[in-house]
Amino acid sequence: MTQHVAVGALNASPSQVLSRRQVMLGAAGLTFAVALGVDRPAGAAALATERTGKALSPWVSIAADGTVTIMSPATEMGQGSMTSLPLIIAEELDADWSKVRVVPAPPVDAIYGNPGFGGMMYTAGSNAVTSYYRPLRIFGAQVRRVLLDNAGKKLGVPVEELATEPSAVVHAKSGRKLSYGEIAAFAEIPAKAPEVKPEALKKPGEFRLIGKDVRRVELPGKVNGSARYSIDVQVPNMLYGAVLRAPVEGSVPDKIDDAKAKVIAGPVTIVRLPYGVGVLADTPWAAFEARRALTQSVTWSRTGTAWGFDSDKGMERFAADAKNLARGATEWSRVGDTRGEMQKASSALEVEYRCDYAYHAQMEPLNAIASVSQSGDSVEIWAGTQSQSIACEAPAKVLGIPRDKVKLNDMLMGGGFGRRGNRDVDFIIDAVLLSKEAGRPVKVIWTREDDVHNGRFRPISAHYLKAGFDPSGKLTAWHHRIAVDRVGPYMDPVRYQMSGGKDFIAMLGADLQGYDVPHQLVEQLYRDTGVRTNPLRGISFTANKFATETFLDEIAVKRGIDPVKFRLELLKNTPRAVKVVERVAEMANWGKNREGRGLGFAFLDYSGSQVAGIAEVSVDRNNGQIKVHDFWCTIDCGVAVQPDNVAAQTESSIVYGLGMSLSERISVKDGMVEQSNFYDYRVPRMNEVPAMHIEVIATDNHPTGAGQMATPLIAPAISSAVMQLTGVRLRHTPFTPERVKAALA
Amino acid sequence: MAIDFIVNGKGASTDAPPATPLLWVLREGLKLTGTKFGCGTGLCGACMVHIDGKRAFSCQTQVSEIAGKSVTTIEGLSVDSSHPLQKAWLAEHVPQCGYCQSGQIMSAADLLSQNPQPTRAQIIEHMSTNICRCGTYQRIVRAVERAAREV
Repeated sequence: MTQHVAVGALNASPSQVLSRRQVMLGAAGLTFAVALGVDRPAGAAALATERTGKALSPWVSIAADGTVTIMSPATEMGQGSMTSLPLIIAEELDADWSKVRVVPAPPVDAIYGNPGFGGMMYTAGSNAVTSYYRPLRIFGAQVRRVLLDNAGKKLGVPVEELATEPSAVVHAKSGRKLSYGEIAAFAEIPAKAPEVKPEALKKPGEFRLIGKDVRRVELPGKVNGSARYSIDVQVPNMLYGAVLRAPVEGSVPDKIDDAKAKVIAGPVTIVRLPYGVGVLADTPWAAFEARRALTQSVTWSRTGTAWGFDSDKGMERFAADAKNLARGATEWSRVGDTRGEMQKASSALEVEYRCDYAYHAQMEPLNAIASVSQSGDSVEIWAGTQSQSIACEAPAKVLGIPRDKVKLNDMLMGGGFGRRGNRDVDFIIDAVLLSKEAGRPVKVIWTREDDVHNGRFRPISAHYLKAGFDPSGKLTAWHHRIAVDRVGPYMDPVRYQMSGGKDFIAMLGADLQGYDVPHQLVEQLYRDTGVRTNPLRGISFTANKFATETFLDEIAVKRGIDPVKFRLELLKNTPRAVKVVERVAEMANWGKNREGRGLGFAFLDYSGSQVAGIAEVSVDRNNGQIKVHDFWCTIDCGVAVQPDNVAAQTESSIVYGLGMSLSERISVKDGMVEQSNFYDYRVPRMNEVPAMHIEVIATDNHPTGAGQMATPLIAPAISSAVMQLTGVRLRHTPFTPERVKAALA
Repeated sequence: MAIDFIVNGKGASTDAPPATPLLWVLREGLKLTGTKFGCGTGLCGACMVHIDGKRAFSCQTQVSEIAGKSVTTIEGLSVDSSHPLQKAWLAEHVPQCGYCQSGQIMSAADLLSQNPQPTRAQIIEHMSTNICRCGTYQRIVRAVERAAREV
């Protein structure tokens, strides 16, 4: 009972794995540490590195001075989970938020795993609050119950006579009060967690924290340079590494001429890696210089699938296959009998859409620090990762050591957007292999060019859509065929297998979620180009909703119906959807013509979150440049745990969608990425973003995602706005000036 | 040969090769890691510092160029996060991932030192040098306006 919970759980062998509840209180014990002298403003929780005080559960420790330490199971990439999740515990615990410190949870899946990802620790899919909401409320309430029981015993009164106010137990009858800090000092922790029934949890009207905005815990460090990302970590005796990767996945270095690399300033070591050539030097600059010198001095095997692949030609093949109904396809989803109804339809509309590869462009280039022990039987890692589980498992596998011999320091991430959760964590393995070779700690930093050339992209896709109408013009049958580069089997074969071979990252969002169309068929044409692919913010919703929402607009235009009225008709059985649509139309003053401007609308149900948006655009016919002046957006994600953060994430996902719609494009020639840096992969700058008007429509529904929901709205809204303004339809993202000019010509 | 310069008001020296970007000397040599590496090509502004009071891309500045000059990094903007921009950044909940924000704040501080009451259009023009991939632009504008009001 005196063992630190994290250590205890890490050392447990699989056969000793306890149930979540047993672990929750059973392994708790006393830990005392000197409180960190963190300077913080009154009323604000803080990000800390260690827990202090007595562990009342694996999630909560309370020190005698009243400091409440809460574990954050999700990693932080700017989305705010490191605040929202501990705040949910604090709510049911009835903790005083100003006394809370948040600590990244250790990588113990059995305790901290994400129920939404099969229990692995994984922060993705805008899913953290959705999946952790119920369990964290229970865990918070359990600790509150333990405090109440201990207080009751101490005061000699029945627990029923006690109540809590922030961080204190109160006995109203006698006017006595015990602070949580006082109780923690004498608290006895039961071996088994008390049972808390869901109906005993707070009612929304009783919330003190949920739904009220607090400052994110890690924010103060982000305005003074003290926030720590892995790229900032230095450990004694450390070397710097850089890696020249094979230009094509699956290729290996053949001949390495290291003469040029060796003449740069300072000592340099060249290391042959299974997938490239590593460089070790005393400074990052020397490592980059040596790596640059190597680029023309290494030849590569022609192994790997993508050699010879050209994305422009590939797109033509994808598009031809998608519309050729004789080409085999896998059924993704089906409602009714589309094939039969299509035969009976009195009229039909067929259109195709295309989406290019896109790159994450997180601001912090990928990097990691690894320190492999001399004997090679353990490793310490500093990295920004979306999965603590994978960041431990993959290095353990590479080194042939047990997972508990990997010590992970998960750091703040300078952006994630899906890039940092792939099963092989390429950027961490670089550091592990080079540290093993060097026998010293190594920090590997990718240059921006490395980050682009070795990016793992949102896949290309070609969409064929056909709609069938009855004699009255009603939409009755819907057929969507998607030829798309595979993602799941490449980025995470383990989860792909677990999902029964469904490529969710390529196909989600292809359905008409929320719309009442009696016959729907969605099919996937699985393609494997060999190009590196990954989830990217908005995942397949971005491409698939571009196709489905733009197509719905085309149908409305063809039939001469107002596109918003058309959606409202199809959504009439989905009241939450109706509300976001009606409200956004009202905010944008939809239907009011603007001189020289077009308006375009889009809606989506993204994993339960209801989102609608309207873009107001103009087009410069001379240079093909689209300008988005305003974007109105409504989002109902159920309980908004932190409403201003939901708004901030929505702004963020609008800007992200803007880039994907207008300028961001990766092309591949002979298997190699053609872009290099922000001059040829253009992400939105301040002078390109619209005025954003966002309304968070909070409801009492179970919370659903907020981190990427608006991204898929942007391309269809812009395409439809340009159509309204010019009568020309854009069907290939991004809508680069060249493409717009060609379409207008 | 060592290069002497001033960082955040204190004397500093480096024996890095003259062509080494100031960025790496600040980050790895002087452990001033608030200044970030983003693109290495002067395109994103994550590395923005002040040299003799003007903003400069530290990734595009060779250490040989700063001999005798005075460099200010985010760590030197104020000792206690009390610069009006830092306070405004917190009040508007600007940062998301936060990685670009040192550079954003240093750019904004350069603007306000030249033009204490910038118009919205001037803010947008000046700040479009810096990329924020989290898209916090709307809040950055509000924060600069707030700081300008409260100075």
